[in-house]
Amino acid sequence: MTSPLIKVDHLTRVFDVSKPWLNRVIERESKQYLRAVDDVSFEINKGETLALVGESGSGKSTIAKMLVGLLKPTSGSVLFDGHPIRMDTSKDMQQLRKRFQMIFQSPYASLNPRWKVTDIIAEPMIVLDVEKDRIQIKKRVEKLLELVGLSGKEGNKFPHEFSGGQRQRIAIARALSANPEFIVCDEPTSALDVSVQAQILNLMRDLQDELGLTYLFISHDLSVVRHMANRVGVLYLGALEEVADSEALFKTPKHPYTRMLLDAVPDLEMTGRKRKEITGEIPNPINPPSGCTFHPRCPYAEKRCKIEKPKLLETDSGAAACHFV
Amino acid sequence: MTTPLLSVKDLVIEFPTRHGPLTAVDGVSFDLSAGEILGVVGESGAGKSLTGSAIMGLLDPPGRIASGEIWLKGHRIDNLSHDDMRSIRGKRIGMVFQDPLTSLNPLYTVAEQLIETIRTHMKVNERDARTRAIGLLDDVGIPAAGRRIDDYPHQFSGGMRQRVVIALALAAEPELVIADEPTTALDVSVQAQIIDVLKEQCTERGASIILITHDMGVIAETANRVAVMYSGRIVEIGPVKSIIQKPLHPYTKGLMGSIPTLTQADDRLTQIPGSMPRLVDIPAGCAFNPRCDQVFEKCRIERPFLIPEESRKVACWLSKEAIASKDVK
Amino acid sequence: MNTALSNFLASDFFYKFSRSPVAIAAFIVTMTLVLSAFFAPVIATQNPFDPGSLNLMNGFSKPGVVNDFTGETFFLGTDDQGRDIYSTILYGLRVSLFVGFSAVLFAMILGATLGLIAGYTGGRVDSIIMRIADIQLTFPAILIALLIFGIAKGITPPSYRDEVAIWVLILAIGLSDWVQFARVVRGATLVERNKEYVQAAKLIGRSPFSIMIKHILPNTLGPVLVIATISLALAIIAEATLSFLGVGAPPTQPSLGTLIRIGQSFLFSGEWWILFYPAVTLLALALSVNLLGDWLRDALNPKLK
Repeated sequence: MTSPLIKVDHLTRVFDVSKPWLNRVIERESKQYLRAVDDVSFEINKGETLALVGESGSGKSTIAKMLVGLLKPTSGSVLFDGHPIRMDTSKDMQQLRKRFQMIFQSPYASLNPRWKVTDIIAEPMIVLDVEKDRIQIKKRVEKLLELVGLSGKEGNKFPHEFSGGQRQRIAIARALSANPEFIVCDEPTSALDVSVQAQILNLMRDLQDELGLTYLFISHDLSVVRHMANRVGVLYLGALEEVADSEALFKTPKHPYTRMLLDAVPDLEMTGRKRKEITGEIPNPINPPSGCTFHPRCPYAEKRCKIEKPKLLETDSGAAACHFV
Repeated sequence: MTTPLLSVKDLVIEFPTRHGPLTAVDGVSFDLSAGEILGVVGESGAGKSLTGSAIMGLLDPPGRIASGEIWLKGHRIDNLSHDDMRSIRGKRIGMVFQDPLTSLNPLYTVAEQLIETIRTHMKVNERDARTRAIGLLDDVGIPAAGRRIDDYPHQFSGGMRQRVVIALALAAEPELVIADEPTTALDVSVQAQIIDVLKEQCTERGASIILITHDMGVIAETANRVAVMYSGRIVEIGPVKSIIQKPLHPYTKGLMGSIPTLTQADDRLTQIPGSMPRLVDIPAGCAFNPRCDQVFEKCRIERPFLIPEESRKVACWLSKEAIASKDVK
Repeated sequence: MNTALSNFLASDFFYKFSRSPVAIAAFIVTMTLVLSAFFAPVIATQNPFDPGSLNLMNGFSKPGVVNDFTGETFFLGTDDQGRDIYSTILYGLRVSLFVGFSAVLFAMILGATLGLIAGYTGGRVDSIIMRIADIQLTFPAILIALLIFGIAKGITPPSYRDEVAIWVLILAIGLSDWVQFARVVRGATLVERNKEYVQAAKLIGRSPFSIMIKHILPNTLGPVLVIATISLALAIIAEATLSFLGVGAPPTQPSLGTLIRIGQSFLFSGEWWILFYPAVTLLALALSVNLLGDWLRDALNPKLK
């Protein structure tokens, strides 16, 4: 087997969420830390889509940021095609930056409102030195606009002249600007209406087929993940609870949390599928439960789960972190 | 026939601008009977929240009801004064919003807010009101309600806060609860719990619900009937099951096809081309005509009204009734 | 260019402007004063600071009254030297506006730069810059301007003093006024820096400097413009105050403040117009610019809509 395109190794990120020094002294509190990402390892192969699913506080966006060098890991590493991702702008890092990109959640905040669409899309290819000739740049921007389903002439407009879905298309065009191989998609459709979401998801799949892209797809919506991913990783309070091939994960979820998430998806087809009742809420991530962080909500929890943190162990279709797998 | 609990007739909501008024809700009519749960579904800008606000008398200026009537149990409520409307809100119409913090005052404990609401609308003394309040919190599933009632809103988690809002909405035994995107801000695993609580508690008390949401899944799990809105108009209204399993309006069909589901991982989702028109350029005739794949001449000229078909009503010139009446001509 | 103009005329901004009588009046007064200052050499009846064009016999002419000695009429009167008050106002206006604009420009550039750096860098740099700003805010602006003026006066040789006086004035007022620009820009920067378009720029390895200049700065200019307009009124008044106190514009290049200082010595001897007309002009200028700034703030602030 060929080596994976992305290799994430024991990635951990801790945030200092303490109050300011003076408050701590007066209120006699110690420093507080939030383990947003806790020892997460996974690989992404060329051409596949790995989805990371999780609710708020699961650390999915933090992982995304560390993957593209927007945030420094506290420990652990990210290897892109064998090269470590760093935050500096050295020559080889800039060379590496050509090969990955990111699509953000908000189509409103991700485009600079003072820039024309042409300039927004051209920025990566200019900064990363992919294309220098102005005429070539203009041509390529037009091509990119058409590729994402907009007219090449619309580059002269400003972002506010477009609808949310069109803006997300522009953001995709920008991501493709420097010809990347790998794109991190951080909840790319959660701010969009369903009918627009369908357009964007279809577009992303078409682009993947056409350009041979590799995606890391981050979402809280299992139905969307089901539609997009080859493999799925489930996160809970910063830790990876289960990774498996999409087919297997949706058919035979191994981890109780995965099962709960699946049960929470509304039964749209009204098949009368009976769901298990869901209980509890996500605990405060600053002060997570001991042992398996899911144990307070887990219907199968035993004494062992409260004490011992389960390791991610291989199963027939992937891996799961549960004492009962 | 008995009078319906709520009756909305030809509601039109306008926003005056310097280029003339913009019609955000255009001729919306529906009835709601006692104990019924009506889902109002639509994408952003479809006018679903505005319709809800209009019923509650909470339209933000400059938006205003330009024409139409709203009747609550045989009494007209759209032309009431602010004070009269305030006594109806809370007493007869309960409200649940997307963000629990807009309904809860951060400066008062949950007990103070619940007791105040109860005593404003009911003749009970402080102690009975408190007992009642604890009972309500218990009903909506707040553990150790007797102790937690004296906490402030920020001491509750997001899901618990929304439960408190539901308790507050039900405090004065309203006949109608309007829930505007009650689960949108919550985590997936909490959403289902809140929907269950809302449905269970309202059904138990015989209160009707208008559930406004963009999430067809929530509607499927909760509502009896659903109204699908597009560009400020109802395009299809009828029993949930029939509309979800066999939508008739081309927009509803497209909408249903565009929702990814767990059971099928099709390669492509059905997609409706384009996007909903902005308020400034809603096309003549059927508002959906530029995106419709079955559009014909009449759709561009004449606006379809809600035509009964099967168990529901559809605003489309392709409905059997419309075609039949054309054949007669 | 034509489309830009027609776009502007069709914009909500222009619409609001055309619906606000106060804004229109303030705009007309401001523009009239600015234009007359600009064209002072053309529209003034004399250059009041060219001794050759003055006639002492015209001294203390009353406004609009024929002078008994020379038969000339000055509709705003003259001062003791026979200077036409109307002309001195035009030239004084020039100095006042030049000092005001330059001081605000200086304060804006300094404040915006420091605010941008503080907001984007955060941490210790932010603390240091903003604490300096806080400390400066505890002193009245005029006191700081006086202080700076005094220091500058001390270190410049006497022969240059009159020449550099205007520039020292600009420096003094500008340094006393940068704090609010820094605060506003820092606040806006803190908001913008977490937006995803900034993340997208970081992702491709853009340097902090170019992110600040190309991405963040353009998005903070709206509030800066509002503050600049309001500051302009304050700077003009500050300059007048300093000049009135005798530490501002030199008598060879009098501003409105200098004219008021000169005029007040004649107030109780009956020649009221020497003081009155410059004072009214200053009032009109400061008031109209301030009203314009207030209106601009309301028009550009979506929260007040």
